[in-house]
Amino acid sequence: MMALTVANLRVDFAGKGGTFSAVRGVDFAVAEGETFGLVGPSGCGKSTVLRVLAGLNRTWSGQITALGQTLVPGQAMTGTLRSAVQMVFQDPYASLHPRHRVARILGEPLVVRRETAIPDKVADILVQVGLSPALALRYPHQLSGGQRQRIAIARALLLKPRLLLLDEPTSALDTSVQAGILNLLVDLKQRFGMTLVLVSHDPGVIGHMCERAAQMAAGRIEDILDRSALAALA
Amino acid sequence: MTDVLLRVEALTVAAGAATLVGGISFTVGREKLAIVGESGSGKSLTARAIIGLLPPGVRRTGGRIALGDRILTTTGWQGVRGRRIGFVPQDPKYALNPAHRIGRQVEEALVLHSRLSAGERRERALDMLHRVGFPDPQRAYRAYPGEVSGGMGQRAMIAAMVIAGPDLLIADEPTSALDHALRDQILDLLGGLTDDTGMGLVLISHDLRQVARFADRVLVMQRGILVDRLDAGALAQAGHPYTRALWRAHPSAASYGTRLPEAIEETLQP
Repeated sequence: MMALTVANLRVDFAGKGGTFSAVRGVDFAVAEGETFGLVGPSGCGKSTVLRVLAGLNRTWSGQITALGQTLVPGQAMTGTLRSAVQMVFQDPYASLHPRHRVARILGEPLVVRRETAIPDKVADILVQVGLSPALALRYPHQLSGGQRQRIAIARALLLKPRLLLLDEPTSALDTSVQAGILNLLVDLKQRFGMTLVLVSHDPGVIGHMCERAAQMAAGRIEDILDRSALAALA
Repeated sequence: MTDVLLRVEALTVAAGAATLVGGISFTVGREKLAIVGESGSGKSLTARAIIGLLPPGVRRTGGRIALGDRILTTTGWQGVRGRRIGFVPQDPKYALNPAHRIGRQVEEALVLHSRLSAGERRERALDMLHRVGFPDPQRAYRAYPGEVSGGMGQRAMIAAMVIAGPDLLIADEPTSALDHALRDQILDLLGGLTDDTGMGLVLISHDLRQVARFADRVLVMQRGILVDRLDAGALAQAGHPYTRALWRAHPSAASYGTRLPEAIEETLQP
């Protein structure tokens, strides 16, 4: 069973100087329970692919199915996909509201969904990502970089996603803090039964995390790497 | 390595009552010295104390720093900073002035510290821009920082810091804001300039794999003190348990399916 299939995906950005094709016909499929990587240099289109999958960029062409549902260009995700697909961004400082406490940051998506016992759910998810429930009273600036990224992961997890999209989740972090986040993602993937799509420019992170990865350059996939190819990536 | 360019003795740095760097001593010669450690280990504060750029609220509280025969105190930086010590920060986006052309910023050290004419300064700046890898120095000279990529911005920053011929260059995580392929290029540039000019280089980094390829010697900091010092080539077989944990925390295809040693310092419940 495929969690995700992408066929002939193209993304163009129109600007003053003409049209820039960021993604130029990309095909791949991700099996359920797999960790799939997108690796390549800055500007190769890997984050653009992820933003399309997250529904953040709706101007694309091609065929995409996520968790058995077909995505339609130009249209927002509907139904269960809206919670089943979640994303964690590179810079947790930029993706958490600076003037909301952690309790509100994490509680808001639950309020929207009219859930009950929200404080209990927030406390529980903080423990799940290795933080103290007492951190619910803090503001983002009162947390370390690693703690902030754990909050961003917790927020995604609260909606019980089946497909988690990770855009350079550790590139703003020190090596040893990164190690903690990578360990956490491996644990959570198993505990929550998720499929992961991980974007990184770091071959070490991709090699450590992924069953397979797409090597991208200039908007195209050059190669799909399996474990033996990933081991040679260095 | 025979001449000592910089001698740091019993340096302490504190913020209020909290000691952040707890009395460390080391020397830097004509070499590439790396200082490694986790966030909060005091590695960046050590670098910033040397050049007198500690953040607000953080003070040097003790110790002696000597650059050649000159003792560096907490004041009187004219003629030292920019002239004898250069500083390359993490992200050129915040360090270069967005409103001034790159050429002017590269020349600034010569304006302040030399008696060269405008024409001579321009010649030197163009030469420097070429040396740091701008294929068209004339164009780079006229460009604003926002018109070049992050990697080229960092090259411009390095040009500005090296043009006055400093004895010592301090680079604080100079490649953290760059992607993987660019990191090696910038380090190669720094290493080449260090070798060519005979200056000393202090590289602050959390990436031990990078340091192992690049540096000559390594100092390992933990909670404000030096816990290990070793040759960079010996990092993979480090004897100290903390150095070993830092080394193994780096993910790779070889660590697939295993748990990495976690944030050795970052306690999850502060």
